Amino acid sequence: MISYFLRRILHALIVLWATFTATFFLLYVLPGDRALSKLGADSGGGAVNLEELAKLRAEMGLDQPVLVQYLRALWRALHGDFGVSGQTGGDALAMFATGVPETLKLAACALALGLALGIGWALLATYTRSSTIRQILAGMPVIGVSVPPFWVGLVLLQFLSFQWNLLPAIGNAGLASLVLPAIVLAIPKAAVVAQILSRSLETSMKSPYIETAISRGASRARALLGHAFRNSIIPVITALGMAAGQLIAGSVVVETVFSRSGIGLITVKAVTYQDTPVVLVAVVFAASVFVTVNLVVDLFYPLIDRRIDIGMRRPTIQGA
Amino acid sequence: MTMTYPRGEGSAAAGRPVSRALGELRIATASLLRQPGLLLASIVLATVLSAALFPQIFTPLNPLRGSGAARLLAPSAAHWFGTDQLGRDLLTRVVYGTGESVKAVAVAVMVGLVLGSVIGLLAGYVGRWVDDILMRVMDVLLAVPTLLISLAIINALGFGTFNIAIAVGIGSVASFARVMRSEVLKVRQMPYVEAASFAGIGPLRTLIRHVLPNAAGPVLVLATLELGMAILSVSALSFLGFGAPPPAPEWGLLVAGGRDYMATAWWLTTLPGLVIAITVLSANRVARALDRRHAATF
Amino acid sequence: MTDTSNLLLAVRGLKVAYRTRDRVIEAVRGVDIDVRRGEVVALVGESGSGKSTIAHAIMGMLPPAASITAGTVTFDGEDLTRLSERAYRRLRGQRLGWVPQDPMVALNPSHRVGRQVAEPLLIHRLASKAEAKTRAIEALGRVGLGQPEIRAEQFPHELSGGMRQRALIAGALICGPALIVADEPTTALDVTVQKRILDDIGALAASSGTAVLIITHDLAVAADRADRIVVLRHGTVMEEGDARDVLRNPQDAYTRLLLASAPSLSSGRRRHATSHPAAGAVRPLPDPRPPLVAVENVTKDFAVSDAGGHRGTFRAVDGVSLAIAPGETLGLVGESGSGKSTLARIVLGLVQPTSGEAKFEGRALAGLSAAEERERRRQVQPVYQNPFSSLNPRLTVAEIVGEPLAGFRLGDREWRRRRTLELLDQVGLPHAFAERLPAELSGGQRQRVAIARALAPEPALVVCDEPVSALDVSIQAQVLDLLAELQHRHGLAYLFISHDLAVVRQVSDRVGVMKDGRIVELDTADEVFRAPKHPYTRLLLDSIPGRRLAEAS
Repeated sequence: MISYFLRRILHALIVLWATFTATFFLLYVLPGDRALSKLGADSGGGAVNLEELAKLRAEMGLDQPVLVQYLRALWRALHGDFGVSGQTGGDALAMFATGVPETLKLAACALALGLALGIGWALLATYTRSSTIRQILAGMPVIGVSVPPFWVGLVLLQFLSFQWNLLPAIGNAGLASLVLPAIVLAIPKAAVVAQILSRSLETSMKSPYIETAISRGASRARALLGHAFRNSIIPVITALGMAAGQLIAGSVVVETVFSRSGIGLITVKAVTYQDTPVVLVAVVFAASVFVTVNLVVDLFYPLIDRRIDIGMRRPTIQGA
Repeated sequence: MTMTYPRGEGSAAAGRPVSRALGELRIATASLLRQPGLLLASIVLATVLSAALFPQIFTPLNPLRGSGAARLLAPSAAHWFGTDQLGRDLLTRVVYGTGESVKAVAVAVMVGLVLGSVIGLLAGYVGRWVDDILMRVMDVLLAVPTLLISLAIINALGFGTFNIAIAVGIGSVASFARVMRSEVLKVRQMPYVEAASFAGIGPLRTLIRHVLPNAAGPVLVLATLELGMAILSVSALSFLGFGAPPPAPEWGLLVAGGRDYMATAWWLTTLPGLVIAITVLSANRVARALDRRHAATF
Repeated sequence: MTDTSNLLLAVRGLKVAYRTRDRVIEAVRGVDIDVRRGEVVALVGESGSGKSTIAHAIMGMLPPAASITAGTVTFDGEDLTRLSERAYRRLRGQRLGWVPQDPMVALNPSHRVGRQVAEPLLIHRLASKAEAKTRAIEALGRVGLGQPEIRAEQFPHELSGGMRQRALIAGALICGPALIVADEPTTALDVTVQKRILDDIGALAASSGTAVLIITHDLAVAADRADRIVVLRHGTVMEEGDARDVLRNPQDAYTRLLLASAPSLSSGRRRHATSHPAAGAVRPLPDPRPPLVAVENVTKDFAVSDAGGHRGTFRAVDGVSLAIAPGETLGLVGESGSGKSTLARIVLGLVQPTSGEAKFEGRALAGLSAAEERERRRQVQPVYQNPFSSLNPRLTVAEIVGEPLAGFRLGDREWRRRRTLELLDQVGLPHAFAERLPAELSGGQRQRVAIARALAPEPALVVCDEPVSALDVSIQAQVLDLLAELQHRHGLAYLFISHDLAVVRQVSDRVGVMKDGRIVELDTADEVFRAPKHPYTRLLLDSIPGRRLAEAS
């Protein structure tokens, strides 16, 4: 049991390390001579002074071998130092951290909303016996994953805020400002949950143990809620593990549309201004969220599915 | 024993009569006519594709030049999608933007499909340490959301539609690799693959003749599904301003361009976005049909 | 049919149709069935006979695509076809019990066994929660599960298949129903377990006066338990009557065919008309030729680890030695998990033994050069259990059968084409099949294609792992005849693996009985079946259904 948890945690740490490494090489090594491009940008594309270039290279540690640069960066990152933001001149991690609470608030609202909507939708679609209603209910999630979130945000803004003045258009002020962004972020999540759960419920409802329950006199509702639901929820939980990361990504678009401050907006700005240290922080942060949520999900599995028991196996008795 | 053993002989197509292919085509057409939704989706995709290749047959106007007198006109018979702040016809701009978007989406899906399939095939067929290493790398790609991977790649490569396409493609490599790997693993343990080793057939030929054709289906279905995802990702990234610079017409950029006029000209954001949504919806509808067809055949 | 007062279930003129996208398929075409109180009736038919559809129609559990188009189902004086869903629900579980087909999947994996046994009581509000729990434990005890208190607290995956089927029977009986419908209740179980379960159903029904309708494909099972037998084919009743009468004096040609092809212990060695020198001997004389393949003291351990990372080994094969002479058939019989398939894979050279040695023509497999290994694979061909997964769905029959010819570079293209057609002739398939895909063939036809492929490179030994278990009985007989004929014609040796002793008896010169990875008995077929020495062999022989069948013939 303990060894299972330890192995999961070790795996999570390895993924984080690998993410840092891959991103570091992508961001710092691949693009070529950053000192040159920095100097070129500063001088407005004019002639470059070779002496200055050498000085800047030494300053940035670029005269060192790549491996030394990497190990140095890794060592610093382990101590919370991801470098200096090119935009503010301050600590990259600290700057990024200012956006975290707002985004987490938004993501949590969207997740709760998406789950509730998606689960309700799937149960309804599975329960109904009219094939027309079922087809309509089953068709909606397909639309949900097909509409561009930035467009949904803008259309909602256009009508609810500009035409009818119902909700504030932009900013972080109060609960009302959270409603539209949370809805926009929740729609694709709800659609994915509804699709996955519907499919899973459909399979479960066809399985022999449902026939057994029906043969005992169980109603359709009892078979669905009492028997099928619990056995169908695993794929949804797996998808939630994925969704956690996607929510961070979704906030990039939604925060831009609604001009909400948060890590999404910070990330977009960082890419726009080639603020590489902040981009590195954003990627590592997203990976940490993903890894943490999936760790929690892994620990939950055995509670949901009795067949997954982690080391606490009771002996199976052979023969009848 | 005459040693005439032509290499290509006996490949999947060799002994198959042409009538079989024709029959399949006829069945496909018939099922298309039975499902109006699927038919409509196919027509939408065909239209989008032809707009990308020959924009001039859809509109006589110039996407970059407007008339000063026709600024911010609402949709009408003359301008189906209305006009923008510079008096340019919005429909014309959407039509001309198609090429840029379709090109980017095609590049993105090809990058994902080719890289992902090769990685998945190697991991699944070779196995052992090759599998371990490749799948750990894929774990990293999965741990970071696709959009952030794309942003990081754009940060490294720079702005532009082509870079966006590469970035989106790399973001989808992991899902292609995983599907291909699991299909290869599934097919590899089928008795007919084992039987091939008793038919004097080497591993490479077994891979080409038995494993690949039977593993490719779900991967191709995923590719159509990724088509829709790629349209969304590419348009989101150009909406964020990482694609082609403004005067160029591109779908995501057109939506972004209308943001400043939301209070007065709803059509500038709504209609180009609607075009994106309908295209993605059609791609997903076709993907779903392929998925079902695949599930029904096996 | 005279005594109507005692009639519990009367099915009259029942027709059931399935609607597909573009046509309607009649699965049941006007069937009459009677079940009297306390009586055991067997509904016998091959796949596609509509037997399972009838069972579901009686329970009111037809899938949405199927509907009753005509006829009545009268249960205890009430026409069930006119019942509302709500009224039907009150009957199910309470007056009508159901024992499903596959116990491995018929219990909800996330509920405790006791709760599932007690569920009918709670649904019909016949007991409080606490009371239901005690009655569930009682019921589990009654169906022969030891330590019912512990079983009730366990989850289905912690129980074996036989135990799960007992729990399902307990659930079906807990409300004291008047009729139990059992849909192939033991098909998924091992033969020794199958016998005990069937005995128990019979005994429990008799003691409680419950009538039983057993649905089965196995005439022998029906013969042993039923008071009356109804033989079904293509949705119509072919013959119906007292079990002994039907067996002793079958009126219908199809029943006679079923009886003839039902493998039973009375039927002797199936072989081609003219006797074959190597296969004919009653007692195998020491063959002057060296054995074709031999395994010497082989053991195979598999590493197993549970999710917690606890590693252990599972010994699938445990110190087995055997040899197969050219032209002979060695039958290998055992229940699931006995290691017979692993042993077959060792013989095929697909699994490396942990210790001991597998040899081909006297030489250790491990020491063969690449060219020798290629030649060995030409000479030792496999035929698999499932003809659906052993043929590449994207290749035509000609491509599949011709593959080994091209692979081993035999002849030129024209010669291979002719040889492929010749092979189709030999397995009894028309030439028109050459361009078909496996999906266009029936199970029996596919297995013929698989056999043709195995024959193509002219092997000396064919390893058949459960080659007929996926097929209907009447098809089984045809395939077994084909194998016997081919052996005669080509002097093939077979290693023939099956869980079905009756099938093994029909094809084997010698028989090995496997249990827990060991061969507990290995002798000539006649010796093993006439005078079994090991207690497990005797248990297996006792468990074979069809004793009455044998008596009748």
